[in-house]
Amino acid sequence: MTENTGSIRPAYQELDRWLKTIEQSVLETRRKEAELLFRRIGITFAVYGEDNAKERLIPFDVLPRILMAQEWDVLKRGLEQRVRAINAYLKDIYGKRDILRAGIVPEALVFQNPAFRPEMNGQKLAHDSYVQIAGIDVVRTGPDQFYVLEDNARTPSGVSYMLENREVMMRLFPELFARHRVEPVENYADELLATLKSVSPLSASADPTVVLLTPGVYNSAYYEHSFLADKLGIELVEGGDLFVSDDVVYMRTTRGPKRVDVIYRRIDDDFLDPLAFRPDSALGVPGLMVAYRAGNVVLANAVGTGAVDDKAVYTYMPDIVKFYLGEEPLLANVPTWRCREPDALKYVLEHLPELVVKEVHGSGGYGMLVGPTSTKAQIAAFADKLKAAPANFIAQPTLSLSTCPTCVESGIAPRHVDLRPFVLCGAKKVSIVPGGLTRVALKEGSLVVNSSQGGGTKDTWVVS
Amino acid sequence: MLSRTADNLYWMARLVERAESLSRILDTTLRLTATPVNAEDTTNEWESAIATAGCEDAFYNEHEDATEQTVINYLAFSRSNPSSIRNCIENARHNGRAVRTALTTEMWDTINGAWNELQSVDEKRMSRNDITPFLRWTQEFSLRFDGNSYRTMLRNDAYLFSRIGVNIERADNTSRLLDVKYHLLLPEHEPVGGPLDYLQWSAILRSVSALTAYHWVYRDNIRPWRIADLLILNDQLPRSLASCYDNLGRYLDDLGRAYAQQGPAQRHSRSMRARLTNLNIEQIFQGGLHEFITDFLGNNNQMGFAITKQYLS
Repeated sequence: MTENTGSIRPAYQELDRWLKTIEQSVLETRRKEAELLFRRIGITFAVYGEDNAKERLIPFDVLPRILMAQEWDVLKRGLEQRVRAINAYLKDIYGKRDILRAGIVPEALVFQNPAFRPEMNGQKLAHDSYVQIAGIDVVRTGPDQFYVLEDNARTPSGVSYMLENREVMMRLFPELFARHRVEPVENYADELLATLKSVSPLSASADPTVVLLTPGVYNSAYYEHSFLADKLGIELVEGGDLFVSDDVVYMRTTRGPKRVDVIYRRIDDDFLDPLAFRPDSALGVPGLMVAYRAGNVVLANAVGTGAVDDKAVYTYMPDIVKFYLGEEPLLANVPTWRCREPDALKYVLEHLPELVVKEVHGSGGYGMLVGPTSTKAQIAAFADKLKAAPANFIAQPTLSLSTCPTCVESGIAPRHVDLRPFVLCGAKKVSIVPGGLTRVALKEGSLVVNSSQGGGTKDTWVVS
Repeated sequence: MLSRTADNLYWMARLVERAESLSRILDTTLRLTATPVNAEDTTNEWESAIATAGCEDAFYNEHEDATEQTVINYLAFSRSNPSSIRNCIENARHNGRAVRTALTTEMWDTINGAWNELQSVDEKRMSRNDITPFLRWTQEFSLRFDGNSYRTMLRNDAYLFSRIGVNIERADNTSRLLDVKYHLLLPEHEPVGGPLDYLQWSAILRSVSALTAYHWVYRDNIRPWRIADLLILNDQLPRSLASCYDNLGRYLDDLGRAYAQQGPAQRHSRSMRARLTNLNIEQIFQGGLHEFITDFLGNNNQMGFAITKQYLS
């Protein structure tokens, strides 16, 4: 909240004034009310591997994270650029592969990537559209310095929290909204539906049928799936609700089969179609890939988009932006050592106590080493893992992440945050609602914000 | 609407209704066992309860004898009996959870609340004195659920499918209850129309809460053919077969209108209704009450299949 000089940043001045006028106990009361509201709405997520907490609430912090409109604009343009480049890259690696020929990205990174889908080679997609929904994780290190941490182009989740956080904040703090001009995020559902409709198959009618495909009630993000289907006014379907006939996808309805044009799928590639991928999966739709390849149905996101998600590809993203768009990247990557490269590996091994080392395919904050907070023994053990399979890892310096005022037991204290804005990429335009999901590390000094590691969330405000 | 959604609503409603019906069967049986009989006579109320619930084969696979304990356990609590009261409520809640957003808050509260309460029911610690309150609880739950559906649901296809489920199940249950009497043969020297016969028939009336109704309608002593007439043909009695098919016909027609399409389900329900209208009770008894019920149950099953085929799969 404060600048290096110690003064309050402009975005937070109003919040700061307001905080001075209210009692700490008021915040505590509102925090409890917020928790009740979340419990009532039923926003929960499941933590794998935790038996006693099958469904858990993500802690919510009542103090908003605030960005000025001009700061947001910089970020927004950078995100749009990045997602356009991601789309171009995907089209290329499943198509002509110019970027490999040009020697910008090593072949191994494409072909040995487990998320790369040979089934998509040479596949023509409607509107050349691969990623319709992206979640790009960013952190801020200085007033005008945003770094991208991670690109999520598979099936990014968390948007229901962005929307519900705002709902709860508006209910609990109307006076705070009266003091700020907060840009709305409520139109996300409309934008998402428009995006999905815009990429419908060329053969679809003017009013294409869009559905959301979920693995079912036992999935950790089921709440989000049902929430989005409700907001979009589309059917929430499971694999068994769909069938393929003559290469066309239909859903079983009480009025008979209904043709489906666009599937917003929240199922991973592996489980989409037992005939094409894992034969033991009962979650998907037999024959879906044939209908997909015939161009009779659009999957959002496309099959094989996970090929940009890993942290090894990430390191090439600035080059990817330049290569396809001929523009300088507006958003920087965190400086990264690719452990696959011998020089980098040497450096990383020598500097482990200062670095954060992550698995290339890891997610959710698992399988990583945070050097500065690890013991000597942990570092030594990790060094062995690293030497055994260097290509599996990348390393980054610990950034001086920006912090946000956060309600903790002792009162209001700064905590590290990151931000996941949701980028929508339709046939004609890219759109981003002003805001996103701010995740906050609730433990003092911690840099890990993942909900599976005890992080919380905040409402994110863009104020003009 | 997705067929799966409709299917879940339909089965949720059926299972809640079935739980109630099982508790009525057990209630009736408990009452019958309290009936004084001559010492040398062996009556077989618990066997008939199993027959009425339609699960003889599965039951005798697990148990040698139908005793008070084995039957109550099997019909009310058994986990291996897919249609025990416990499993009915559990599965109905499961159906409801799968289509949570298609339910009203009140419906979900009722079914989820009942499921939660059920978790603390331990059949091993249940004495005979606890059984009746448990059966009462089941009926109260069903009543609350039904009332909440009736009062809070939008009158759209979701509502229609759940009412269709209720009525098919209810028709099934009423005919089975009526069939109890067939399974519950009078001891040899007991006169037809004698005190025991009277008690057995009146227990059946009680089980569908129709004892008073009987007197209002017929202003006569309890006579078997009148009871059958009331339970089968009288469309004023809400649990009669005629009423159930009146409702089914109406809901299926509403559905047909909403979807601008009629099908085998509508035709089948009309022909069933027409039969119930055109028959009189003398004809039914001439052909045999048990035979009539067996035939009806088969047709009612067909009704379920037709609905499933047309809408739910």
